[in-house]
Amino acid sequence: MAGTAVLGRLTWRAGTVASVRDETATARTIVLTVPGWPGHSAGQHVDVRLTAADGYSAQRSYSIASGPAGDQVELTVQRLADGEVSPYLAQVLAAGDPLELRGPIGGWFVWEPAPAPVLLVAGGSGIVPLMAMIRTRAAAGTQSPFRLVYSVRGPQDALYAAELAERQSRDDGLHVAYVYTRSTPAGWPVPPGRIGAGMLTAPGWAPGQHPAVFVCGPTGFVETAADLLVSAGHDPRSIKTERFGPSGGRS
Amino acid sequence: MGIVSPGFTGRRRPGGEDLPPGQYLVTDFPVLSAGPTPRVDLASWEFRVTTETGQAQAWDWSSFRALPSEQITVDLHCVTKWSKLRTPWRGVSLDTLLADVETAAEFALARSYGGYTTNLPLEDLLGGQAWIAYEYDGAPLGAEHGGPARLLVPHLYLWKSAKWLTGIDLLTEDEPGFWETLGYHNYGDPWQEQRYWGD
Amino acid sequence: MSTHLDGNVLGGELGELFTADITAATGRCVCCGAISAIAQTRVYADAPGMVARCPGCGEVMFRLVRVPGRAWLDLRGITCLQLTLPAEP
Repeated sequence: MAGTAVLGRLTWRAGTVASVRDETATARTIVLTVPGWPGHSAGQHVDVRLTAADGYSAQRSYSIASGPAGDQVELTVQRLADGEVSPYLAQVLAAGDPLELRGPIGGWFVWEPAPAPVLLVAGGSGIVPLMAMIRTRAAAGTQSPFRLVYSVRGPQDALYAAELAERQSRDDGLHVAYVYTRSTPAGWPVPPGRIGAGMLTAPGWAPGQHPAVFVCGPTGFVETAADLLVSAGHDPRSIKTERFGPSGGRS
Repeated sequence: MGIVSPGFTGRRRPGGEDLPPGQYLVTDFPVLSAGPTPRVDLASWEFRVTTETGQAQAWDWSSFRALPSEQITVDLHCVTKWSKLRTPWRGVSLDTLLADVETAAEFALARSYGGYTTNLPLEDLLGGQAWIAYEYDGAPLGAEHGGPARLLVPHLYLWKSAKWLTGIDLLTEDEPGFWETLGYHNYGDPWQEQRYWGD
Repeated sequence: MSTHLDGNVLGGELGELFTADITAATGRCVCCGAISAIAQTRVYADAPGMVARCPGCGEVMFRLVRVPGRAWLDLRGITCLQLTLPAEP
């Protein structure tokens, strides 16, 4: 099971923002330095807690985006227009600021380097923990074939697009396919539309190849995708899911 | 207290109002639920009052809507600390509904479609303190806020105002409900900040 | 609309109560008998507490309330919880 399965009691700890970098017009990655970080597995998340001067606090969960990197942890936050926490993290938080977090959390939705093929299905910001898996795989030098099916509204909303393209071009074992639900890039061969069975079998793995399957995104997306995968013959026990709130992340 | 996050204020709006201790004002109407939103068909909707002797009185939607109703404006205080003031509802007073019910019971247990329960003293349902509300802000009460009809007991924390109401049992012994059995205060007076056991 | 998350979101709160990871622990629903990992339960977290429901029948498997300094955990909806612990060194 995950190497970080037993940590002792989880408590809040303080990290410091080392840097931030924009991913899209509405999302950015926060690079944190967390002294004493015990390491994490791909797919795990942290809880982040913000506290106002008068003691009012708000707490949300964010998937860890980075692979293993000592005491460095990266989170990618999608700003939600009516969010309470995401606007702060995506716009106000700056290098040098403290950030309280609890983690790493999770022993279920986790990928440890192993030879079995893997199918990753991401809806919107559900790409974040799956990106940690892709990055962890690269860092470990694992040969296990990975296929990612990534559903986004339009090309401008895709996180890590350049990095995914670059990794795919260098690595025959990684294949990335996009599903555009509202607007497509110029010259895209199909009109925009939601994920359908064909998008999971053609670019993804056939059930006979027994991939480990990870699905992450808003609840509605995850349930649709999981149903499609089961209908296509994938063993439900090989499918692990993580649901974010309706707009992605517990806003 | 946690580490202060520079520049973070949260979703609250400044008070300037007389709020119960520990509450903050909101302008939206948060939706909190312990389960999926029940979808109740009006044709099968029923509200039933059952006394301690097993006597029952029930209303279907048309007989319920035929009862005299009133327009009320009340403040809502949720135990999760948000308050929403001057909310407009239309509903039937529990005084009207319980007028013909013979009972020596002191306690009540409100039951919702979907299984939720909450308990309160019977006297807190009477004397113009409680309604079964079916309209919010001039429109039929939406499912996410407890429609077709919910209990409204504004002098207690909002978890006592059971959504998707389907019945009230009158009991001789108090029976703690869904949250009252998991740490929430048995009575729940926001002005005495009775949130949890022992408060 | 009230939508649900899954038991992954409880990992942090449960991680403060248990030293082993609970999200991968499995439990049998007392109502329908289905066995689910905690991570697979349907969690309604926008409430005065967190409620985890069986992904099969929808009944409550467990509930958790966390306030500063106290926690209340009701596991009556699970016949028992099976945890996988790392092997002894």
